[in-house]
Amino acid sequence: MYVYDQYDQHIIEDRVRQFRDQTRRYLAGELSEEEFRPLRLQNGLYIQRYAPMLRVAVPYGLLSSPQLRKLARIARDYDKGYAHISTRQNVQFNWPELEDVPDILAELATVQMHAIQTSGNCIRNTTTDQFAGVAHDELVDPRPWCEIIRQWSTFHPEFAFLPRKFKIAVNGAVGDRAAIEVHDIGLEAVHNGAGELGFRVSVGGGLGRTPIVGTFINEFLPWQHLLTYLDAVLRVYNRYGRRDNKFKARIKILVKALTPEVFAERVNAEWAHLKDGPSTLTEAEVERVSRCFVDPAYRLLEDQEAALARLDAEHPGFARWRARNVFAHKKPGYAAVTLSLKPTGIAPGDITDKQLDALADLAERYSFGEVRNSHQQNVILADVEQARLFDLWGELRELGFATPNVGLLTDIICCPGGDYCSLANAKSIPIAEAIQRRFEDLDYLFDIGELDLNISGCMNACGHHHIGHIGILGVDKKGAEFYQVSLGGSAGRDASLGQILGPSFAQEDMAEVIEKIITVYVEKRVEDERFIDTFRRIGIEPFKERVYAANH
Amino acid sequence: MQRIIKNGQVIDETWHLLDKDATLEGLSNADDLIVPLVLWREHAHALKVRDGGLGIWLDSDEEVEEIAGDLGHFKVIALNFPSFVDGRHYSSARLLRERYGYQGEIRAVGDVLRDQLFFMQRCGFDAFAIRADRDPHDALQSLQDFSVCYQAAADQPPLFRRRQG
Repeated sequence: MYVYDQYDQHIIEDRVRQFRDQTRRYLAGELSEEEFRPLRLQNGLYIQRYAPMLRVAVPYGLLSSPQLRKLARIARDYDKGYAHISTRQNVQFNWPELEDVPDILAELATVQMHAIQTSGNCIRNTTTDQFAGVAHDELVDPRPWCEIIRQWSTFHPEFAFLPRKFKIAVNGAVGDRAAIEVHDIGLEAVHNGAGELGFRVSVGGGLGRTPIVGTFINEFLPWQHLLTYLDAVLRVYNRYGRRDNKFKARIKILVKALTPEVFAERVNAEWAHLKDGPSTLTEAEVERVSRCFVDPAYRLLEDQEAALARLDAEHPGFARWRARNVFAHKKPGYAAVTLSLKPTGIAPGDITDKQLDALADLAERYSFGEVRNSHQQNVILADVEQARLFDLWGELRELGFATPNVGLLTDIICCPGGDYCSLANAKSIPIAEAIQRRFEDLDYLFDIGELDLNISGCMNACGHHHIGHIGILGVDKKGAEFYQVSLGGSAGRDASLGQILGPSFAQEDMAEVIEKIITVYVEKRVEDERFIDTFRRIGIEPFKERVYAANH
Repeated sequence: MQRIIKNGQVIDETWHLLDKDATLEGLSNADDLIVPLVLWREHAHALKVRDGGLGIWLDSDEEVEEIAGDLGHFKVIALNFPSFVDGRHYSSARLLRERYGYQGEIRAVGDVLRDQLFFMQRCGFDAFAIRADRDPHDALQSLQDFSVCYQAAADQPPLFRRRQG
């Protein structure tokens, strides 16, 4: 992973000093609440329902063992003993005291971490494929490009007060696990006919109140021009994005208003001035950053299919876990393992201080001392020897990390919701739990197969409900908490947004509603058809009929 | 008298910033004036022949492109921040410095608070009229908030072209 030199370290230490002084001035009454608000937000600090919430940046989801131990310690010393993995691959603490935040930041800085731009109307953490660098279907490693974007966007002086937040995602694989088309900017690393590296650029995707799939406005941007082009897009947005209505302030509204064609022309007109300027990337810089992402010292191994199949036969639980939680690796004899943070009864994405410490040890013993957070709110050990999978499985079971549900219905993406968040209309965690309890039978769960179920407690869509195969949105109906269901969303390639099923449901009916939807799918599916494919074939009507049938 | 930050120091203000609805009638001939864009649009010739210094100010929805051909007439260009969260003029300042090569004073006016200063300075602002209820001497410190910057702006090329060792 990227390792700081003295320049990077200076920047985050300067930030700690700056934020300490801002906090001091706020507490002394020299900064009003309104003035402090954007300053604390740009440092990931929200004032929540019960206490501040601090969102710590995990650039494109990568963490080292020392960083995990530091997070564990912060969870213990400043929080209630746990942390939460967010849908932008970051880590959140729900219970720190405002007065302690400068000290927490100082601790984070000792392990090259910070909370810069994890909230606020600025460029947020750049996200990518959780299997970057190890995926069997990868064409270009996105991590060096994410790091280059991270540096460019960190304290970018021109874009600290954008009309609204701004999210960038990068993909370099055949499959799109980074959901780039629902980002303000989505970048797909590609090679052109001459074998040169560049990016396809999508703009104007996003979830929230007005979900839109982005439009590709540049089919091949040569890598040298990545930053000047990003500057051009952001400058057009900064100058012309709407500032009169926060619900119409995202870049997607501007792109839609101008049309993608005209927006692209504006970007190109701006870029004509910036192209080949000082921000043009050099081979030396790309090489410098890429050196941090070379392969670890892999051993020369062979795939262990036969041995693993034997273990599968003896241990059905292992077979199940391997089928769901183990992902093919580019190197023979290795595998990437997803640790599920979705056991029933635990808020999706929550992880305790003890688990964080244990994870740090596991990473050192099994996976070169690194882990990744996924936007599905799980954690990945990316470089595990296949011959050690069985041992690892045993350890993961003891730690509560081995629920074999990755990619299945109970692997629910879920925002903190009304239990914590002051923006939420409704709770989301109890809904997740009710559904997990309803589908606890593993045979049934496996039979249902791949299914993304996403829950957001409000329109801000932190739980990405629009792109769940089944999406659940908390709504406020005359002061009571209700839930709207949508079907057919998808985050991958050919991303799509869910269609609303109909009138919303009460909390106690939700598990039943989901079960009816699943029953329709099981009846109508053809052979191994996935839920999303059945839905795309038969449409929403059969689901509607069943769920709203008279006996409901 | 208002005091402003200019080139890293607090100095007495000598310019008069005119309201948007100011008219030509009764304008002082000798004072240094910062006029609104609308007055310049209508009375550029009359403003040019005055003896006093001439500056112009743009509101946050007014574009630098409109005055790009006239920059030689202005000793000061003031960019107004109606609210400190309105970031449009960060782009305006960079355009004035980097695209149009403006060498005169670029002044931040309006809702200008110390925590914006570092970014403003990087974008090409060299003068800051700190909001009247705040102490400009305190604000000076924020010009030194960071010792290193990653990306290019009006002040310097990107770190990757400067990084050593």
